[in-house]
Amino acid sequence: MISQLSWKIGGQQGEGVESTDRIFSTALNRLGYYLYGYRHFSSRIKGGHTNNKIRISTNPIRAISDDLDILVAFDQESIDLNSHELRPGGVVVADAKFNPTLPEGVNAKLFAVPITAIAEELGTSLMKNMVASGASWALLGLPVDVFNKAVEEEFGRKGPAIVEKNIEAVKRGSEFVLEQAGGPLDEFKLEPADGKQKLFMIGNEAIALGSIAAGCRLMSAYPITPASEIMEYLIKKLPKFGGTVVQTEDEIAAVTMAIGANYAGVRTMTASAGPGLSLMMEAIGLAGMTETPLVIVNTQRGGPSTGLPTKQEQSDLNAMVYGTHGEIPKIVISPASIEDCFYDTIEAFNLSEEYQVPVIIMTDLQLSLGKQSCGTLNLGEIPIKRGKLVRELPELEDNQYFKRYEFTEDGVSPRVLPGDKSGIHHVTGVEHDEVGRPSENAVNRQKMMDKRLNKLNGMTIRDAVRTDAPHNDADLLIIGMGSTGGTIDEARSRLDADGLRTNHITIRQIHPFPTSIVQAELEKAKKVVILENNATGQLASQVKLYAGNADKIESVLKYDGNPFLPSEVYKACKELI
Amino acid sequence: MATFKEFRNNVKPNWCPGCGDFSVQASIQRAAANVGLEPERLAVISGIGCSGRISGYINAYGLHGIHGRALPIAQGVKLANRELTVIASGGDGDGFAIGMGHTVHAIRRNLDITYIVMDNQIYGLTKGQTSPRSAEGFKTKSTPEGSIESTLSPLEIAMSAGATFVAQSFSSDLKQLTALIEAGLNHKGFSLINVFSPCVTFNKVNTYDWFKENIVNLDQFPDYDPSNRIAAMNKIMETNGMLTGLIYQNTVRKSYEDLVVGFEEQGLANQDIQMSQEQFDKLLTEFK
Repeated sequence: MISQLSWKIGGQQGEGVESTDRIFSTALNRLGYYLYGYRHFSSRIKGGHTNNKIRISTNPIRAISDDLDILVAFDQESIDLNSHELRPGGVVVADAKFNPTLPEGVNAKLFAVPITAIAEELGTSLMKNMVASGASWALLGLPVDVFNKAVEEEFGRKGPAIVEKNIEAVKRGSEFVLEQAGGPLDEFKLEPADGKQKLFMIGNEAIALGSIAAGCRLMSAYPITPASEIMEYLIKKLPKFGGTVVQTEDEIAAVTMAIGANYAGVRTMTASAGPGLSLMMEAIGLAGMTETPLVIVNTQRGGPSTGLPTKQEQSDLNAMVYGTHGEIPKIVISPASIEDCFYDTIEAFNLSEEYQVPVIIMTDLQLSLGKQSCGTLNLGEIPIKRGKLVRELPELEDNQYFKRYEFTEDGVSPRVLPGDKSGIHHVTGVEHDEVGRPSENAVNRQKMMDKRLNKLNGMTIRDAVRTDAPHNDADLLIIGMGSTGGTIDEARSRLDADGLRTNHITIRQIHPFPTSIVQAELEKAKKVVILENNATGQLASQVKLYAGNADKIESVLKYDGNPFLPSEVYKACKELI
Repeated sequence: MATFKEFRNNVKPNWCPGCGDFSVQASIQRAAANVGLEPERLAVISGIGCSGRISGYINAYGLHGIHGRALPIAQGVKLANRELTVIASGGDGDGFAIGMGHTVHAIRRNLDITYIVMDNQIYGLTKGQTSPRSAEGFKTKSTPEGSIESTLSPLEIAMSAGATFVAQSFSSDLKQLTALIEAGLNHKGFSLINVFSPCVTFNKVNTYDWFKENIVNLDQFPDYDPSNRIAAMNKIMETNGMLTGLIYQNTVRKSYEDLVVGFEEQGLANQDIQMSQEQFDKLLTEFK
């Protein structure tokens, strides 16, 4: 029996790859397996090769696998493009309709199942994905009732007749392949899982969930890959909490609407990716200058310009850290897991109000869209904190105005919401005095700049740098961010098996940079490698700038649009040691 | 009930003497008092330009944002707290050049806010360049040979975008302007009030006298029916946009806030934001 395997389904976009993956993984999740998904897709709706890969394990996993055990192929292209991943002895379940063949040198078992023919016999070729997934499920020898339950949930709203037909399709696919194979394949028999259902979601959903838990009640956003799932989730849920989502005309409207709503007292966020982030830059400065809380999610994808809109990259770091003209305080945090996506979003809203600054939550495509098992999420773990928000101010003396920008020890001034009788004040992106009126006075200017820029002195988020450093004299310190952590850890265990000792830190607070923590780790390290999905080593530049030790640091960069594979990280690290 | 004086603060506007914007400011203050507002219940959101400074000259909550973005900010304020009265304001450059996209979509969205544009057909704060409202042939620093682009008609655009309230006035006509702002504040939906507000420094063509000579005042046509969309469009085109008064009002269409599913009368900003464990558990079950 095996403890893990990888399954992939490939076909043309619009052919049911997504829904098959959804049913397959839901059923596995019900059985208690840990899952980690990866979506390969293109920037088009119908046509073009697409595939979804799921890694299935009895233990927690946080990375895609190097190889593949089972490939379900709707066309020859899916075989040609993906069979190189198959491990020797792997299995291909393909539609007999196109007379599938394995490329030369591929050592795998091919099951040609009349997928389309069966589906058409049952009424519609649309059901071919059910025939195919039924066949691959049967080869694993997993309980069929769990699978059928997932099918029922997927098609339930279309009525019992449709459900029944789809279940029949699963059965027919299963029967056909079992007859060919002579029963479930022993080499793919998975150890039973713990039977406990895990939470199973994508990072974008965890962010959306976190935002509701944080009290976010409005979202203004413009659709973009890979951020749209956040608005799509919230438009379904926010009305139940009195709120709503506004799809704006562009990202400039999205971010400025969010600024207006935050100013008026509702926790509001927007979410986008690189192109949208670029459009938001001026407004981010307005939030910084007017000390208005603001939360922006930036789900990174391949840049620059339209770049690789459906591919993995981590190349917006500089834009997030340095973006907007002039100088403002800003927080950039980088969740590294699904759990982080949830908790960091709550923290982002707290920080934006406690420090009255814009906060950017940066994810990358793999973290935003890769569906994976997730640990428990606790509602009360991060309580809502609204900083110096004052409700019902005492009456002011005659001719006195509320000092919205009062100079205080920590630089954060009391904030009041429109509607409060004693709090009337003016807010402007022009340099201003303590009551918010435009001022070009040189002394005031310098004091106001210092007030704003010093607000974040000493600020650290929870778990600013996640440290896994078991070795006092490690051969290598590996630094990463975002979705790469699981891959790095998997490479580390292989290095460990080779007798090589590595430490690993994940930088989660990108800005302000957590200098002292990172510096301490660098000082201890013999050699450091920084892994990132961009071409210029943006994280490495930050590390060197703030924590020095440049002579110890090497970069491993991948910017071909795909996430790192464990084998690539293993190989790169091994070469460096 | 607050008087118009209570909407004054002690800030001296930095507008040129004779600027049309002074009267717009006074009309907003009077209209706010006339419709029974309290200063703390009013938020004035403005853009960038000479006229954008207006939010700082009215005793109310004010936000002076970035160029062209007064409307999305104002819509954010209204969505966050629909109990507030929200006025957005700015110039013709702010609303019809850099911010035109937002203007059209704010009109379509129809949130209950009042948008007052101070239209002087020129860029004042940057010292005299052409505006989308400048007439063809109009000579400015950026069009020394005269503007060669057609003049934008905000009224026609508003009508075609589905506006529910379209009015135009002239800053000298304080009585009409105040009445139109009151009507806009009372209108349940988005109201556009374009105000001819002459720039005495940089626009030597579209002067007070020029407007007086060229304006057709709808108040002189007792039979004019502002609920007739086709008649309104005809009137705008007949007068080449040089008309004042209430041009069109649709009192049937509901405001955005009234159409959003689950949106309550109480402002969101005044609602409890803590979710219950039960609500949270319910959301989590969908991820199992």
